[in-house]
Amino acid sequence: MALLEIKNLHAEIDGKKILNGIDLTVNAGEIHAIMGPNGSGKSTLCNVLGGHEGYEVTQGSITFDGHDLLEMETEERAVAGLLLGFQHPVEIPGVKNIYLLKEALNAKREAQGLDEIDTFSFMKQVRELVASMDMDDSFLHRGVNAGFSGGEKKRNEILQMLLLEPKIALLDETDSGLDIDALKIVSASINRMRDEERGIILVTHYQRLLNYVEPDFVHILYEGRIVKSGDKTLAQRLEAEGYQDILEEAS
Amino acid sequence: MTDTMTETQQIEQLIKREYKYGFTTDIEQEIIPPGLDEDVIRLISAKKNEPEFMLEWRLAAFRHWQTMTEPDWAHVHYPKIDYQALSYYAVPKTQEEIDADAPASLDEVDPKLLETYEKLGIPLHERAVLAGVRGATVAVDAVFDSVSVATTFKDKLAEAGVIFCPFSEAVQKHPELVKKYLGTVVPPGDNYFAALNSAVFSDGSFVYIPKGVACPMELSTYFRINAQNTGQFERTLIIAEEGASVSYLEGCTAPQRDENQLHAAVVELVALDDAYIKYSTVQNWYPGDEEGKGGIYNFVTKRGECRGDRSKITWTQVEAGAAITWKYPSCVLMGDDSVGEFYSVGVGNNFQQIDSGTKMIHLGKRTRSTIISKGISAGRAQNTYRGLVHIGKSAHGARNLTECDSLLIGDRCGAHTFPYIEAKNSSAQVEHEATTSTVSDDQMFYLRSRGLSEEDAMNMVVNGFCKDVFNELPMEFAVEAQALLAVSLEGSVG
Repeated sequence: MALLEIKNLHAEIDGKKILNGIDLTVNAGEIHAIMGPNGSGKSTLCNVLGGHEGYEVTQGSITFDGHDLLEMETEERAVAGLLLGFQHPVEIPGVKNIYLLKEALNAKREAQGLDEIDTFSFMKQVRELVASMDMDDSFLHRGVNAGFSGGEKKRNEILQMLLLEPKIALLDETDSGLDIDALKIVSASINRMRDEERGIILVTHYQRLLNYVEPDFVHILYEGRIVKSGDKTLAQRLEAEGYQDILEEAS
Repeated sequence: MTDTMTETQQIEQLIKREYKYGFTTDIEQEIIPPGLDEDVIRLISAKKNEPEFMLEWRLAAFRHWQTMTEPDWAHVHYPKIDYQALSYYAVPKTQEEIDADAPASLDEVDPKLLETYEKLGIPLHERAVLAGVRGATVAVDAVFDSVSVATTFKDKLAEAGVIFCPFSEAVQKHPELVKKYLGTVVPPGDNYFAALNSAVFSDGSFVYIPKGVACPMELSTYFRINAQNTGQFERTLIIAEEGASVSYLEGCTAPQRDENQLHAAVVELVALDDAYIKYSTVQNWYPGDEEGKGGIYNFVTKRGECRGDRSKITWTQVEAGAAITWKYPSCVLMGDDSVGEFYSVGVGNNFQQIDSGTKMIHLGKRTRSTIISKGISAGRAQNTYRGLVHIGKSAHGARNLTECDSLLIGDRCGAHTFPYIEAKNSSAQVEHEATTSTVSDDQMFYLRSRGLSEEDAMNMVVNGFCKDVFNELPMEFAVEAQALLAVSLEGSVG
């Protein structure tokens, strides 16, 4: 059974059609990269999968881990194991990072019928993760994304993923705004997330990230549809040739 | 003979006797008509067995009130109050009468009320007491021996020389202190509602901390033995002498109903040299139904005078209830190097209206004030911050920091800010920051995408917003305040 199965997905926002029939299957253990020019629907796809209420699904189905995803609220999707890494993580001042991490973890545990995690185990786990991301402990006591640089925000997204251990990690342009060093650290963390039980979807504009995180499948999204799929060599072609030729080929 | 008479018979006796000023009345004790005139005031004073000076003071205030006009500049709307239709004196109910009306057990209590207690985290044994279940207080006493708790409490205070008693008791036992300080911070003529309160005040707290004494425990109204119906026109006076300090807690998070709609309290604080008074309030008066009908009007005058050098007064408050809140806890910073602080969270939902804020009056040198006001509006509530920072000519080196933040939830509520800054000394530094924000969809989506329910996400954002104020609340209130906010904002999402 596929971990994530998207069939003929159509979605619009404010009456404007963005997704025009997306078909995608992600199995456990796979890394898929979705690339496409601006306006192709990359962010919309992420938002629709995340359950953002601003978007309307007009056709199609999404099955996640055997469940009908479209019937699930955003928070239900999250505790079921579908996590979204945002392109522009929002700031939530006054709410400490550590507090959000704990609440999120406990929300998941509650959904699984477990007790809340005890403070010692939690702190140990979190500190290890923070260190592995090359971040400082002090970040835990700052407000969520408050005053973070772009790179810090992206690392925060990955940190949350590492803690919450999703079944599907959907990373929306996680590489945008990162310098080489930050990119390497973030990539290493994404690679840490590889697991035969887990599917990872990387939505990205540039091929650069894929030098560090080798995808199993590459899909090109154009005008709300996946027009071409291949393996990592497709991404290399894209880098070398640009979108135009490849898109002409596909049509 | 008196102990075999019921309380109503005692009152009947009192009323029927020829009063010193020559008024007599045959008013039947069960039928005290509503309305306000000098006779009613005499009645109130006689019932309380007050000394002459107190009655005189009330009458003077009443006469002044009659010359005043009700103010209407606040950013709140309410139907005109007919002061002659209110009841200013209620015959205390007998225990039989109380028991007759009381629910027999928690099963008879409105389930919604019980649900609220649950959400506020109120311990099981306290719910019966709060709901007025017949015999509950007795049960509490038996199980928790609260009578002896209160006694130990009183002993400790007595040891330290601290006076903490109902105001009515202070009038009789410590008249010299009352005479010395009453009305010196809020004179009866100060404003319309203060004048009314001065004429008809029911009861409140009296606190006196002698020189050099740090009050050994936080004083809470829970331990004050209340006469009935004291909520309407509360009068509180707190005095901290040189080097003294005290932390006073007013109110509770449990929703409070009252037959009387108008609440016009007066609180006066006096801090002498090196003294510190911290006054914390949690207010959850009945805010009216979802249509905004029937809620309580909370029109309060609270003021503290930092009379002494290096004295300090801190007001902290969480205002969640009442249909209309109209109050400006203020500090007059007279002593050099004195400090005034105001930390407030005011939340309005449905049709609540709030016009609240503070006044910091800097008169002494190097006086400092801090104002942190967090207003949350939801539903169709209107929340107004009105603040005055006045730097007098002689307030060399005075400093003020004001942070006034509004959070709007939904698109039908309002937040308004009217800051007034008057600086008459050029060496003063006054800073004012204000922000207005909504709980953004992005924030909500972000938190929900981490697994938090809509309600939990909202509470998280709101708590983050209020953090700076919650950090200043006494521990007891801080924990309750979060739950109170969550309950108050229920139904405001989606």
